[in-house]
Amino acid sequence: MRLQLSPEMEAFREEMRTFFTTEVPQQIRDTVAARRDLTKDQYVQTQRILNAAGLAVPHWPVEWGGKDWTPLQRHIWREEMQLAGVPEPLAFNASMIGPVLAAFGSLEQKERFLPATANLDIWWCQGFSEPDAGSDLAGLRTTAVRDGADWVVNGQKTWTTLGQYADWIFCLVRTDPTAEKKQRGISLLVFPMDSPGVTLRPIELIDGSHEVNEVFFEDVRVPAENLIGEENRGWDYAKFLLGNERVGIARIGYTKRLLAQAKAGAREVVVGGRPLAEDPRMAARIAELENELLALELTALRVVANSADGKPHPASSVLKLRGSELQQAATELIVDIAGPLSVASFAEEDSLVPDWARVATPEYLNYRKVSIYGGSNEVQRTIIAGTILGL
Amino acid sequence: MDFNYDSEQNDLREAVAGLLGRAYSDSEQRRKVVASDPGFDEKTWFRLAEMGLLGLPFAEEHGGMGAGPIEVAIVAEEIGRVLAPEPFVEAVVLAGGLVAAVGTGAQRGEILAGIAAGTTLAAAALAEPGTRWSPAAAGVTATADGGAWRLTGVKEPVPNGARADVLVVSAVTGGGTALFVVRGDAEGLTRTGYRTHDGGRAAHVRFDGTPAELLGEGTGDRTPDVERTLAVARIAYGHEAVGAMDTALRTTAEYLKTRKQFGITLNKFQALTFRAADMYVSLELARSTALWASMVVDAGGDVVAAADRARLQTSRAGRHIGKEAIQLHGGIGMTAEYQVGHYTSRLTAIDHLLGDGDWALARLADGVGEYETVDPLGAPYTPA
Repeated sequence: MRLQLSPEMEAFREEMRTFFTTEVPQQIRDTVAARRDLTKDQYVQTQRILNAAGLAVPHWPVEWGGKDWTPLQRHIWREEMQLAGVPEPLAFNASMIGPVLAAFGSLEQKERFLPATANLDIWWCQGFSEPDAGSDLAGLRTTAVRDGADWVVNGQKTWTTLGQYADWIFCLVRTDPTAEKKQRGISLLVFPMDSPGVTLRPIELIDGSHEVNEVFFEDVRVPAENLIGEENRGWDYAKFLLGNERVGIARIGYTKRLLAQAKAGAREVVVGGRPLAEDPRMAARIAELENELLALELTALRVVANSADGKPHPASSVLKLRGSELQQAATELIVDIAGPLSVASFAEEDSLVPDWARVATPEYLNYRKVSIYGGSNEVQRTIIAGTILGL
Repeated sequence: MDFNYDSEQNDLREAVAGLLGRAYSDSEQRRKVVASDPGFDEKTWFRLAEMGLLGLPFAEEHGGMGAGPIEVAIVAEEIGRVLAPEPFVEAVVLAGGLVAAVGTGAQRGEILAGIAAGTTLAAAALAEPGTRWSPAAAGVTATADGGAWRLTGVKEPVPNGARADVLVVSAVTGGGTALFVVRGDAEGLTRTGYRTHDGGRAAHVRFDGTPAELLGEGTGDRTPDVERTLAVARIAYGHEAVGAMDTALRTTAEYLKTRKQFGITLNKFQALTFRAADMYVSLELARSTALWASMVVDAGGDVVAAADRARLQTSRAGRHIGKEAIQLHGGIGMTAEYQVGHYTSRLTAIDHLLGDGDWALARLADGVGEYETVDPLGAPYTPA
């Protein structure tokens, strides 16, 4: 047992920190720091910079651009990226479909898709949830019926994040409606978003943003070679993918930066002639949240240190549950610090409301999502109660 | 960075768990032991000494094992796991720790060797009625009497104060707070022992010109030494609490699986299983923080700051898990015959003996504006 990083890991952390703070354009990092939306080009530009340095997909197999890093190195890489305000490699590419293709795709599929996926030459989106299949994903009803050399896809997906930028979609479809268990009749197909019969409809969210979409499929013809892995094994690949989705979902580095912003904001706002930061109740609220985040970070480090054999540590389920709660608590804290300024979300250029206060409430509202996506927190509690406590 | 126990540490845990598991294999044994003075089992205490555990953190030249804070953490956690009433943290980590921190070579040689051998029970007399959790003395004064010292005033509650062979007492001198050793048979020493709610023992201790031996050299202010030793003890208590919380949760989960109401076992009720899941979250976060704090001690970092952080997290978790464990059991959790309520009682005592969560939070809040972010692997938790 030893607290300090080894000299090699110290050097690695320094290397990551230097890279992220010098190689990624300041303007992009400023946009992230200001908690403003990035453009598609900014995502693409960042991922290509990372990919050129071998830092976009370090968790992939080495032959496809991975780094063979330890779990600790991956943790440091991710935390330093978040602390530096560098947008992470697009999750749909780097964490979701990439690892599935690397593990289950044919050699031809790997060669066709993986380099382009790592470099964000292909922007992927996720076709999983449906209007009647949310937490109960296996209840999905979009069908794919074999017709000659093609699959013909009909149905609807929803919550498709950034689908408006996507070139391709990876999509769970029902290929065997007669299967005894609903999980058994599902397959994973990939196809271009501009295929005839694909329609995208934006969903406006409570913060005014457009980040998710509905996607409709009407007789979309998908060549048979676009089936990933085996027919009717899609549920296994989805579970594999969702397991990866939960890695890094705690977003500790990001919440750390939110708390630093909260402290700065509390110094700016004056109450009764004194900075709000000096109010003992405000200081205690920040300190308590900060300590809870520390406890989560330490739990993440414990999980990282114990998951070298590839099997997830039981405590890893805590990371999604608590990580989302703390992200939400931090965004709520900033709204409270902004006080009445927090309503000025769409203030114009000449407004005196500082930018951090303008974005506070939209982000707070937007962040209600983090306890819903990636397996809702109720699903996480079910996992903890069932698989850890045996209830 | 390495969060894994090595094989010797795993062996230590197994040995301690074996010994304590035999002593307290069912809750009746503990109830019997705590029913009569001194509130713990002298035979079990002696067995712990034989295993070297009562000298675990002390230097080998003083009869100790020269072990580190992780080993201390393991023993404290196993004590908490079975709710063993033996005062490991109180006598070894705190009282012994004060002697180790400031005692002269001769004092360490004598007192620590006695503690390690199980022949000297030491108690730290720091608390004073009307104040709380201060490393500085206020209500007991020390006056020089020729080459000797005499103490006057009251300390209370002093854990194991009536049974103790040696009291380590903080007292006011001209130079601030100094530490003194008072023998159990000293003249002018009045000790009135009583039971504490968690089955332990504490005492009202009055000094009336009681002869005392200055601990260490000189009468310079010892407040920082007391603060640091208290911090180490708080961290050890954090581990004892983690052990207790672990059992409280495990017991609760078992109960939910077996207890039937409305014709089905309680684990079919999501209202209950979700709350158990939240208890698990609290437990793991507390475990991580306590472990980290012990690693900070080991690394030579800022022990006081780390202890405040561990105290806050383990205090919140102890209350959450202790209260929910009773509620999820229902009425049976209220009974003295059933073990789970005793865990809640002990967690409540641990929470209040050396500083509770709100107290730690107030200290953290005071400094929260002085840095931007917390880096658990960096300053001040690891030396520069």
